[in-house]
Amino acid sequence: MSASVLFDTPGPKAKQRILVINILGVLLIAGLLYVVISGLAAKGQMEASLWASLFTANAWENFLLPGLLNTLKAAGLGIVLSVAFGLAFGMGLLSEVKVLRWFSTVIVEFFRAVPVLLMIVFFNILLARSGVVNGTDAPFWAVVISLMLYNGSVVAELVRSGVRNLPKGQREAGIAIGLTTTQSLRLIEIPQALVAMLPALIGQFVVILKDSALGYIVGFTELLFYSRTFASANGNMLQALLLAAAIFIVINFALGKLAEIVSRRLSSRMPHDKPADPTGAAIAADIEAPLAPPGDQLK
Amino acid sequence: MEKYLSLFTQYNIPAAFWVNIQLTFWAAIGALVVGTILALMRISPVRSFAVFGTSYVNIIRNTPLTIILLFGVLALYNQLGFTLSDDFNQNFFNLAVMGLAIYHAAFVCEAIRSGVNTVPVGQAEAARAIGLSFLPAAREVILPQAFRGAVVPLGNVLIALIKNSTVAAVSSVAIEASSIMKTMLEFESNLIIPIFATFAMGFVIIVIPVGLLTTWLSKKLAVAR
Repeated sequence: MSASVLFDTPGPKAKQRILVINILGVLLIAGLLYVVISGLAAKGQMEASLWASLFTANAWENFLLPGLLNTLKAAGLGIVLSVAFGLAFGMGLLSEVKVLRWFSTVIVEFFRAVPVLLMIVFFNILLARSGVVNGTDAPFWAVVISLMLYNGSVVAELVRSGVRNLPKGQREAGIAIGLTTTQSLRLIEIPQALVAMLPALIGQFVVILKDSALGYIVGFTELLFYSRTFASANGNMLQALLLAAAIFIVINFALGKLAEIVSRRLSSRMPHDKPADPTGAAIAADIEAPLAPPGDQLK
Repeated sequence: MEKYLSLFTQYNIPAAFWVNIQLTFWAAIGALVVGTILALMRISPVRSFAVFGTSYVNIIRNTPLTIILLFGVLALYNQLGFTLSDDFNQNFFNLAVMGLAIYHAAFVCEAIRSGVNTVPVGQAEAARAIGLSFLPAAREVILPQAFRGAVVPLGNVLIALIKNSTVAAVSSVAIEASSIMKTMLEFESNLIIPIFATFAMGFVIIVIPVGLLTTWLSKKLAVAR
């Protein structure tokens, strides 16, 4: 439901009233901003030097870019591993073998319920103590493993619901041409489910990127860590944290927009699939017409 | 085994979880209030309010919670001398609650908006037909149904909030679960796995009933259509 059905198209009187409230609203928000900025200025926080030091070659070359690189490394690896984990356990959730299904359910439910920070703290100490990885690398791997376990479990759920939402005929057709259920899952159902879940999957990448900042707590040298190190020396913590936040916001906002575009592409693609094969479409339309939602019939 | 059991006398684990539950409780109230106001702003006919609501959600939703909570302690408290209580520890607790509420309000707003989407157009049209203007229509007709349709997404936000309350560790709330667990892991190096399992199970025990409860509530409260 779009917002506009909540109220009538405003008439001349209502238009005037909305205009007045609008002006008041803008004034209110501007006033709030003014209070914040003048408050900061009164505390000497708007001094140009505090901001300018963040935009020097030193700040970027030695602090922000190395930090951002580590953040992207952890998030990138986390994304790849959680998709792999999600596919494996998603297939487990859909498996015909009871033991496999139960095992996957327990793993997925467990890692979705445990806070990521708890896992990061645990793996950091476990990896450092057991000596599996180099002591200085422990925070990085702790972050990557924790991101994989949590987000992989979320992806596994996405895979499961994606496959469940496919028309039953897909699996039946697969079995009819002689595939086993696992083959039909792997060759027919999961590829389609992956396409359908792409927007939600990209949305999950935003979560991974944001959660990589939790590594700061165990001393992983990511963007936030470097921003703080830089700011401690320059006395501009507020400004540095705002900049770090802005970098995250820009990347995540772009990812969010990508998810929107992909989801629009997909929804506009779906109806075109049917007319591509005219004979098949005619038959499908005959059978499906009573079941299809009204929106589909209009197209 | 004895060694493991002695952990419970040595460290007050239930008290740590109690701190997380308190953080969650206060932050949930704050997030619900702010989130509802934001949702109202986003669906209102006044453009400046809608723009403000949308910007708030887009900015806060894309910022890591770690930065928001760290900002409260390092920027607001350390740098600007902003406090929310005269008591040293209470101040950090309040700052953490504020950060958690600000962050989750964006998600509450989106949950309520998805609830508004479940309300049929006819309801809004009927509300207008009997002469209700925007705010009365929202209060009497749209929001009551929207909340009932938003039980599951709101429950998901609550579950996320419970788990995210551990991030309060960065706001110097030193006695919550993840901080206590960290201390224990550092001092009891031969019991690393049992300690993690204990805390993890604690969260499983808290989170899974909340999930079941919201599923049950959503069915019970579903608007018959």
